[in-house]
Amino acid sequence: MRHSSGPACRAWAAHRVRPLNALVAQFLRDWRIALRSRHEMTTPLMFFAVVVMLFPLAISPEPEQLAAIAPGVIWVLALLASLLSLEGLFKRDFSDGSLEQMVLSAEPLFLAVVGKLLAHWCAASLPLVIFAPIAALALSLPLEALSTLLASLLLGTPTVACLGAVGAALTVSLGRGGMLLALIVMPLYIPVLIFGTSATSFAVAGLSVAGPLAWLAVLAGLSLTLAPFAVSAAIRMACEE
Amino acid sequence: MSELSTPSNPRVLSSMPLCRAIGLRCERGGRELFSDLSFTLDRGVMLELRGPNGSGKSTLLRALAGLYPDVDGEIDTCDLAYFGHRGGLSPTLTVAENLAWFSGLAGTTADDVPGLLRRVGVPYPNRPLSELSAGQQRRVGLARLMMTGERKPLWLLDEPLTALDSAGEALVGELIDEHLACGGGVVCATHQDLPVVPGLRIELGH
Amino acid sequence: MGMLKTFWHRLGSPPWMYGIARPWMWGFGVLAAVLIPAGLIWGLFIAPPDYQQSDAFRIIYVHVPTAILAQSCYLMIGIAGFVHLVWRMKLADVVLQEALVIGASLTALALITGSVWGRPMWGTWWEWDARTTSMLILLFLYFGIYALREAIPRPDSRARASALLAVVGLINIPIIKYSVEWWRTLHQPSTFSMVEQPKMPAEMYLPLLVLVLGFYAFMGAVLLARIRVELLNRESGSSWAQAEARRLLSS
Repeated sequence: MRHSSGPACRAWAAHRVRPLNALVAQFLRDWRIALRSRHEMTTPLMFFAVVVMLFPLAISPEPEQLAAIAPGVIWVLALLASLLSLEGLFKRDFSDGSLEQMVLSAEPLFLAVVGKLLAHWCAASLPLVIFAPIAALALSLPLEALSTLLASLLLGTPTVACLGAVGAALTVSLGRGGMLLALIVMPLYIPVLIFGTSATSFAVAGLSVAGPLAWLAVLAGLSLTLAPFAVSAAIRMACEE
Repeated sequence: MSELSTPSNPRVLSSMPLCRAIGLRCERGGRELFSDLSFTLDRGVMLELRGPNGSGKSTLLRALAGLYPDVDGEIDTCDLAYFGHRGGLSPTLTVAENLAWFSGLAGTTADDVPGLLRRVGVPYPNRPLSELSAGQQRRVGLARLMMTGERKPLWLLDEPLTALDSAGEALVGELIDEHLACGGGVVCATHQDLPVVPGLRIELGH
Repeated sequence: MGMLKTFWHRLGSPPWMYGIARPWMWGFGVLAAVLIPAGLIWGLFIAPPDYQQSDAFRIIYVHVPTAILAQSCYLMIGIAGFVHLVWRMKLADVVLQEALVIGASLTALALITGSVWGRPMWGTWWEWDARTTSMLILLFLYFGIYALREAIPRPDSRARASALLAVVGLINIPIIKYSVEWWRTLHQPSTFSMVEQPKMPAEMYLPLLVLVLGFYAFMGAVLLARIRVELLNRESGSSWAQAEARRLLSS
């Protein structure tokens, strides 16, 4: 096709399509927004910290007892904290119309979704992973299990973010979707919870952690490849109203 | 002028109409908004949708954009840009960042953003969008529409004059004229008279 | 953007489905009416008592079929969801909706009968056994889809969102099952499991087989009956449904 020439027909955008641009552009956009609304990044983290504090008070300050529950407590809290940040993942974009522009213009949509998920993971999960060792020490988790805890969180949180994003996208157009989101995604989180806590407990007991960590890696690979398509389909549905 | 870079899309041929709708029918809340609605939009033509509030103008536009599936009938469109009630711009980001996001999303890179913003009368690329007035935000939306350039031959505009001053209204007219002159097409829902004479007009809500 | 067909793919037209479901419903119903009483009499009165659990084991004749069906129902929901997502078939959403209710009820029933069986077996009403835990998770998967459906007001969005969630759940179920079994082996090496005992004699498992088939037939009949009612409900504005409703009311 050739447009009729003349100054009016000036092209305002370069026309070579590079699909990865969609991923990078979406990542940069969401990452910038996250940095500028810092409270949204820090609130889940503070929630995590304050609930960790409750366990010694509620159960016992005995190091042995705390160490026994530490992997479970940290993982369960990581899942709960992820819910806090997930609720806003698409809400704002949905209400200001960015989501429908994304659906209409992204080429291809699933790469933009991957960019969005990456930014979400960096803004919401990475701070938790970094903070987790402090919580682990407060809960008397032995030092030698620390690296495994970190590895399990690093490998497990991408799956949590991906599955959570599917739930968040499905509930974005509903008024108050928070509890519903929890009901939808919690059963799906169970394998990550099992392998994540087992890996850490194995490390405490001095067993080999390769098995559960390998499983976490497999789950992360699976969800990173499949979830963007499910999320794309779900946000398309959300915009069709 | 540059060739359109999407030869993979066989629908974008100069002889093809930009948009074809056959026998559209829509019911909302048990009430029929429109039925047996058919039209063909050729290059260089603007279709104006008129009608009172609730007559289905926005619904028809969203259906054409593929954002409203509950319409019976057949719709066939080329690549399109949609300028709706919701701006699709993040208030947290600056004007330039919003535009960069949008061009990147479509897989392109924005060039001459300052020139573009001068054209729409908002020469503040580094201001957060939340600091702009409603009218200025609409103008940034117009800049984004222009950025789609030749890649989106069909523009779907939903009340494009909302919140704009008289200079802004004139600007909308100019942009539409230019787009039509380039062989693009426009479907515009409005309740105000546009500064462009439409080639086609559909009255909804009778 | 390609061709946008807003015509629904009416692969199964509602009046056709409504008609064809009727003989199948009766067929399954008769089959269930024969198999279930036969299986129950055989299992509860004729089959020999278990050497360890004596008569307590007989609850498997209800527990095992419900547990199998509960999982089959999710498989059906997942397939219906897939069909709805790919072909946008309206009928698939009716199947999903009705199988959802049946599946959730069966899962709850399997949990309850399991718990009743657990009391004499393990001395506790609830045991975090791999099967029980998987069943509980399945119940929450059902609840999730149900709650999502309840929350979405527009029928079309409701159908598509729940179809997507059903497919996501279906992909996850094998992973969940595997991880739960793996988790159980960590905490207690293989628990006593009645069902997996290979030396279960024929006179004990044959009635079980009859009952599983009978329950399947029963579920088929109930599902088809519910589908017929739901089709009438959804098509209440159309002439065929109104004619059918008048016919039903007059007879």
